Amino acid sequence: MSAPVDQAKNAEKFLADTVHEQRLDKLLWAMRMRRDAAARQVPEWEELRTLASEIKEHTLSNLSQYLIEFETKATANGVIVHWARDAHEHNQIVYNLLAEQGIDLLVKSKSMLTEECEMRPFLERRGIRVTETDLGERIQQLDNQPPGHIVGPAIHKTNKDVAVLFSKKYGSDPYNEDTAYLAGVMRENTRPDFLKAHAGMTGANFVVAETGAIVVATNEGNADLSANTPPLHICSVGIEKIIPTTESLAVFIRLLARSATGDTITQYTSMFRGPRKGAAMHVILVDNGRSARLGMKRFWHSLKCIRCAACMNTCPVYRRSGGLSYGSTYMGPIGIILMPTFEVHKYNELPFASTLNGSCSNVCPVKIDIHEQIYVWREVMEEHDQIQVVKKEAMRVADKVLSHPALYQIATTTLSAALEVLPHFAVYNRLNAWGKHRDVPEAARETFHEWYRNNRADANEGGKL
Amino acid sequence: MQVALMVPCYIDMFYPHVGVATLELLERLGVDVVYPEEQTCCGQPMANSGCYEEARATEEHCARVFGSFDCVVTPSGSCTHHIRNKFTAGVDSPEKKTLVRNTYDLVEFLHDVLKIREFPWATFEHKVALHTSCSAIRGLNMASMSERVHDAVFSKPKALLSGVPGIEFIEFERVDECCGFGGTFAATEEAVSAMMGYDKLTFMQKASPDCIVSPDMSCLMHLQGCARRQKQDIPFYHLAEILNGVSL
Repeated sequence: MSAPVDQAKNAEKFLADTVHEQRLDKLLWAMRMRRDAAARQVPEWEELRTLASEIKEHTLSNLSQYLIEFETKATANGVIVHWARDAHEHNQIVYNLLAEQGIDLLVKSKSMLTEECEMRPFLERRGIRVTETDLGERIQQLDNQPPGHIVGPAIHKTNKDVAVLFSKKYGSDPYNEDTAYLAGVMRENTRPDFLKAHAGMTGANFVVAETGAIVVATNEGNADLSANTPPLHICSVGIEKIIPTTESLAVFIRLLARSATGDTITQYTSMFRGPRKGAAMHVILVDNGRSARLGMKRFWHSLKCIRCAACMNTCPVYRRSGGLSYGSTYMGPIGIILMPTFEVHKYNELPFASTLNGSCSNVCPVKIDIHEQIYVWREVMEEHDQIQVVKKEAMRVADKVLSHPALYQIATTTLSAALEVLPHFAVYNRLNAWGKHRDVPEAARETFHEWYRNNRADANEGGKL
Repeated sequence: MQVALMVPCYIDMFYPHVGVATLELLERLGVDVVYPEEQTCCGQPMANSGCYEEARATEEHCARVFGSFDCVVTPSGSCTHHIRNKFTAGVDSPEKKTLVRNTYDLVEFLHDVLKIREFPWATFEHKVALHTSCSAIRGLNMASMSERVHDAVFSKPKALLSGVPGIEFIEFERVDECCGFGGTFAATEEAVSAMMGYDKLTFMQKASPDCIVSPDMSCLMHLQGCARRQKQDIPFYHLAEILNGVSL
């Protein structure tokens, strides 16, 4: 069992580096503003959100039917469909497909699912080289870091960081921080792999049951190159990505890019319906905990997520913590509600990395009640006995004092004792956590209770119990 | 109508003058106010930390104290939100149901129940940075939120404060971004919490307000702590103080 991720401590480290923290906060807030502007251009925005939510809830409620429909259609289109119960089965299927043909180089576009399955190390251990072709994902691969954001994996890095990294890995100019130059360096170094590789992999944003098509939205076109250049195309996709029809796809396409970056649509929105002439196309439908989540009464609607990251961009905690602080595949608000379904103990602190401000739920294009689920996850942590002993004890003391008026009044009318009770929630975790960056409020010379006694009590018999 | 005044624990201990301002304001408006002296807390600090078992006795006590009133008013959007929407730790007693149904934040009570729009006894010729809590905005629908770009823009706290002669509101960036208090979050994630507070102050200070006003004292407790640490001496007021006629 892995030790719990200490998100707060990781965030504190990230915050200590003000250059990166301020840059990330500004960049992502600007993204949120772009999202607002894009939504403003669509008068029926809220209706679209409702529709998208309803389509997802309908599909998830009839998931097996739609998956079988997809399999039938895709198979008829010449696609070979695989089913993977978990990450290991998925990785093994990919490995077998490559090993059968002696393929030792795989080019791939960005896929959070393959991150979730830890596919890259699995394949690399078996002698297969994997080249990420999304710029951000490639940067993270070269830096040996997981993605810090599900749409912009390297968004926490400055141009300078990238220039230094590329100079080490590719021998490019460490002082040239120009974006076009850096993108050029990446292009020169990864494009040859498209031609060398005998297999390409993509994820999928949507899977259309009606037609058997997979849909991939990117801005760099690297998914199209990965799918269309090598003779073998493998697409890995989570089973929750399925939608019923091409008509319903339109709803999601209108929401996705607008919510993610404020663009009306991604540069490339490609539907892959079958193998090219002389090539093969495989789709791996991956469960990896999804059907178990579908059975969770309080959390199943988290499966509606279309991975736009709008919740992360708007989250004031995420923007100031950095994505890596969550120590998880999915991060920010959506990560908080997804990760504990994989491993409760490891992610038992994540539900506390939120102020419950509710902004995430209100930007979510499929109306997931994210902040409400975060609140419930806190209760689940108590059910699973995952609340730190010291915190629980402090809360037990607080409950005792706060449920006994006499104890409460004794505690609150002496200054030192007052600080014992109320900022109990402030001192239990790390010593004097409140006072590290803030002044502690001064206890009043006279509480309101006392003031009332001294000034009004006689006039108010009704107030006595 | 008799109204029971609920004074949140942190206001009782640290900001009793806010309780006094609330009481005086209600009395000024002719409301028959009682203050049940057995009251303590609604249990939010525990429940908000996931510790619903440890919130039970406090929540049930709160329901016993307030469960017989037709109307309970508290100067806290956060406590109102907790009682109205998150009161699930204790047993579902008739008292609890009554309390959940009859609890109002002071702003709601003035704006929606009494429908007061003018506060002629007060004057406040100053520039105000108004901060409305996330509980009030997204939990109680007390003001429109920036995320819902097609909704009509409104703010009940602002509508009330606008009835005070002389008051002027300054506009600042990211007006409804969370200030970083978040209850126990302020301690469990103190570094992020404090940074959010500092950022909020920076955005406000850019517009040079004379003071910072909120219908939620808990946000102000946090922001004031941040401001004092940064040696900023800008005054902080609860909305009730302004409506009751405080002078700067």
